[in-house]
Amino acid sequence: MLLTVVIFLPVVIAGVLLAARGLGARAAIGLWVAASAVDLALVGWMWWRFEPGEGASGVVDGLAYEADLQWIPTVDAGYHVGVDGLSLPLLALTGVLFLACAIYSLREPDRPRTYAALFLFLQTACLGTFASLDLILFFVFFDLTIVGMYFVIAGWGHGNARRSALKFFLYTFIGSLALLVGFIGLFLGSDERTFDMVALAANPPLADSPVAGGLVLLAIGLGLAVKTPLFPFHTWLPDAHTDAPAAGSAVLAGILLKLGTYGFVRIAMPILPEAWQRWAMVAVVVGVISVLWGAFVALAQTDVKRMIAYTSVNHMGYVLLGLGAAGLVASADEGARTVATVGAMYQMVSHGLLTGALFLLSGVLWSRGHTYAFDRWGGLARPAPVFAGCLALAAFGSLGLPGFSGFIAEFQIFTGALQATPVATVIAVVGILVTAGLFLVALQRLLTGDPVDPVVPAEADADGTGERPAPDRTDGHTVTATRPEVSARVVDLRGHEVASIVPLLVLALVLGLLPRIVLDVLEPAAMAVVELVAR
Amino acid sequence: MSAALGALVLLPALSGTGLLVAGRRADRAAGPLAVAVTGAGAALSAWVAGTRPRLSVPFLGVIEGGDLRLVVDGLSAVLVVLVAGIALLVTVFALADLPADAARGRFFGYLLLFVAAMLATVTAATLPALLLAWEVMGATSYALIGFRWEEPGKLAAGTRAFVTTRAGDLGLYVAGGAALAATGSLVLADLAGADGGWAHLAAAGVLVAALGKSAQLPFSAWLSAAMQGPSPVSALLHSATMVAAGGYLLIRMQPLLAATGWAATAAAWAGALTALVLGAVALAQSHLKQLLAASTAAQIGFVVLAAGVGATAGGTAQLVAHAAVKAGLFVAAGAWLTALGTRNLADLRGAARRYPGIGAAATVAALALAGVPPLSLWATKDEVLAGVDGRALTVVGLAAAALSAAYAGRILAVVLARPTGDEAFDDEEPGTRRVPALTTVVAGVLAVFAAGLGVLALPAVAEQLKAVLGAEGQPSPGLGELLSSGALALAVLGLTIAVVSTRPAVLQQLSRGPLGSWAGLGRLLSPRPAMALARALATVDDRVVDRAVMGVAAGARRLAASASQADDRVLDGAVSAVASATRGAAAGAARMDAGVVDGAVRGTARAFRRAGSAARRPQTGLLHQYYAQAVVGLGVLLVLLLVVR
Repeated sequence: MLLTVVIFLPVVIAGVLLAARGLGARAAIGLWVAASAVDLALVGWMWWRFEPGEGASGVVDGLAYEADLQWIPTVDAGYHVGVDGLSLPLLALTGVLFLACAIYSLREPDRPRTYAALFLFLQTACLGTFASLDLILFFVFFDLTIVGMYFVIAGWGHGNARRSALKFFLYTFIGSLALLVGFIGLFLGSDERTFDMVALAANPPLADSPVAGGLVLLAIGLGLAVKTPLFPFHTWLPDAHTDAPAAGSAVLAGILLKLGTYGFVRIAMPILPEAWQRWAMVAVVVGVISVLWGAFVALAQTDVKRMIAYTSVNHMGYVLLGLGAAGLVASADEGARTVATVGAMYQMVSHGLLTGALFLLSGVLWSRGHTYAFDRWGGLARPAPVFAGCLALAAFGSLGLPGFSGFIAEFQIFTGALQATPVATVIAVVGILVTAGLFLVALQRLLTGDPVDPVVPAEADADGTGERPAPDRTDGHTVTATRPEVSARVVDLRGHEVASIVPLLVLALVLGLLPRIVLDVLEPAAMAVVELVAR
Repeated sequence: MSAALGALVLLPALSGTGLLVAGRRADRAAGPLAVAVTGAGAALSAWVAGTRPRLSVPFLGVIEGGDLRLVVDGLSAVLVVLVAGIALLVTVFALADLPADAARGRFFGYLLLFVAAMLATVTAATLPALLLAWEVMGATSYALIGFRWEEPGKLAAGTRAFVTTRAGDLGLYVAGGAALAATGSLVLADLAGADGGWAHLAAAGVLVAALGKSAQLPFSAWLSAAMQGPSPVSALLHSATMVAAGGYLLIRMQPLLAATGWAATAAAWAGALTALVLGAVALAQSHLKQLLAASTAAQIGFVVLAAGVGATAGGTAQLVAHAAVKAGLFVAAGAWLTALGTRNLADLRGAARRYPGIGAAATVAALALAGVPPLSLWATKDEVLAGVDGRALTVVGLAAAALSAAYAGRILAVVLARPTGDEAFDDEEPGTRRVPALTTVVAGVLAVFAAGLGVLALPAVAEQLKAVLGAEGQPSPGLGELLSSGALALAVLGLTIAVVSTRPAVLQQLSRGPLGSWAGLGRLLSPRPAMALARALATVDDRVVDRAVMGVAAGARRLAASASQADDRVLDGAVSAVASATRGAAAGAARMDAGVVDGAVRGTARAFRRAGSAARRPQTGLLHQYYAQAVVGLGVLLVLLLVVR
């Protein structure tokens, strides 16, 4: 019951917002913030009461806050929701990130009531996907997130928003259709003819038909790969991000991408263990290609937001590497495979926090200068020191510096995956060097150097090598002329921006230094997944 | 016990974080606070060196050694005291050296974080703890080197340092996985006993990480860029910390290197060649700080060489002695930079005479650097070389030792010379023309250690150090070796001073050569290939991958268009044809209906009408005709009856 309240509270408030036509802008956003805060508090309460258990626990047992109602009895699909160590951290992440987005949007001038309602609807869809224990229910929530995000991008985006939104919608929607085909395959292959995930994981379908199992895994994998996104299905991501509003980007990268990777852990691995083992190497290879592709393409970007978008491809690649290694049962012992799985799960939470913060920070850039282009910015550390500090923290967190949550994830993925697949892992490790380079170059371009007027195109630094000694800028005539004007224009972070971004960074630090908070919940579930995959 | 160890790391870490959060508001309090914290750290370090505590904090789970474990053993005890001591002295120096308007809160905040990370590095007993401390140290060094980010190129230098050392750090990530695969745990001590393929991979990873951090070949060039940092940063990073961390790690992991065989040999040669090549680079520098930077890599090369050949006691001694010597020289270089505004060797002519206090300290340190007896590096370098067997390695080591005498001689010849009066000052920054007393005191203390550690040449002292490090039985140099190396150092030193004083053109020519620009090592670290690859992949991403998707979409649209056309022409045409056919059929049916069916009905009716009117004819009303008809009828009946019967 509590879980159902957590899932549907936001959408109920959304309905209230839509119905209350006379509500003022500030009141509407205030209600949004309050609803998100209450929802987060409820998730916190669930976490507090949750018993992670000793040893492997989760997926097929140890489910808490379960609710199971009949819905379509003819195909045994029901409203089956529940929480275990896999879903709880992601439910909490959803609560945190949506609250941060609500606070960030406190001054949203454009149709705030509808905006708030749309985000609350999205929150319900995301929470529902993470809590679903039924394939049809999962699919419905999964598709609702696509619908909600389409309207966010199309309605509140900038630039070529409608085109990007349509591209996002069609691409991910077609992906979800592949997912549905896979789900139907699972249904037909199961002995009990059910869509219930727990029942399917307990008694995996298609165990003795490798071809059918492989095809079903292919369909599910394609659907999830589009959502994650993995190379080569990632090209909707940069467009959608560049044109989405900041809060939309934060949710898209922070939560929606996790639906894909979460699907691998929750559905593909426990329900199709035999096929996952057989095709694990494909996951590893796709993961490693995504890691390097995302990192290098991000390095070449001339637009802050596109760069951050491509680093998401890189970070999600690590997740696939870890999950793939978990399927290579023959070549690694259980401890190593569990470590890799824990790392992959941790990466989902960590990436949500850090990329969420990065996208909100890029939204600050847009609000000040209406551009994301690197060569339109420079010297921001002087007029906006708080912004500079936050951006530096988020960048170092995102490049996997120990002390931030990203390190806990990536170290475990590499350490656990090396035994299973040494060559792929050694190649993937290079990814953290490239991300280090690209984030430091980005910091250098945005924060130091001469202040550049973001509105007037300037000559500045588009060479991108990052090693500009720039000893004598004798052509600095225009630059010095614009300096005072820019210093006056670029305002440092405002109160609501600080209140939304800083908590995300603090949380990333806390989870980097005291990882037991999450690991105590996560590790039993990861053990369970590894055991289920090894069947 | 373990609380002291925790405090040793957490005290600077937390106070540093506090300073960073407070920002410029803490500028006034930052310096004194940092001195107090590092002072307490020095006291704590002495205590933990005596009590040897251990500490474990839960961190990662599932496997053994996932915790953050700090352990103080003999090697760690020596390094903890060294790091804390140098940190205290450098903090005092920074207090005196930083300009009044500097962002001291930020500077001391990062400095304290850095010190905490280094202290954790030298006590870490598990890989997660080591990697955590190791990389945080790298990141804070980025912030310290780029401290004056407003000036062009400073932050880029930090970026270069961080990215280069991180390239090495990848080795530690790989070593982590290999350790888990080989031993099932992440405890550093377990790794020493590993064997098989995984041990080789782990050793390779450790080696690469250490070479990167210690600026050994081929990673040396980041050290040149790192000289962009403020002088106290150089004094700290390039003496007891950061570059020392790589040497420390190799000494710590020496059993693993030895177990693989090739890794020990590779380390020995990497160290020896770095000592030789970077020694030559140092000799060719015309900037004092650049000279000192190259000599740092060269001197740490002896530590790496020691780890490679198994002379861990000699390597540790070299690490300690070099830290004191180099910190003293960097303090002097920084003091002169602040006072005279230059670090150009030619313009520092007579600097030691202008400020005699710090000049004396720098002279002692430079003599120690040269390997002059009875000073510290003379003793420790011989301790290292005593462990070397193999003629080629010994020759390279001796040549490198001779080079260190040469570059130290170059410093001495310049700073001790009489000023000519035509030195150009203030080319770097406006000088203050004074050296604070505090700076002189710091340099003096460091000089005392630089000289005093020469006692390590006494066998009794050396044996005691070996006992502390658990390295009993490692060879020590004999009296003959000590005397001959001392003589070599003195001879080269004298020769260099003579050459510099009489023929300065020789060295100027050297500076203009490739050695003056770090032998092209910077080009090895160029980001250009990576950038080119990145641009190529980005182009493919845009032109191929995305275009393919859009192509599929466009194809679908074209398909839809042709389907729509087919719909119009074929399906709709068929439907229309069916309709018109139906209409035709209906018309036909209607015709048929009118012609055939209706006609038949009417024909029948007509026939009946005719039959009716035909039937009316006999009814004439005339009786005789009726009779006749009856007769005919009866006749017919009769005939029928007759015929039928």
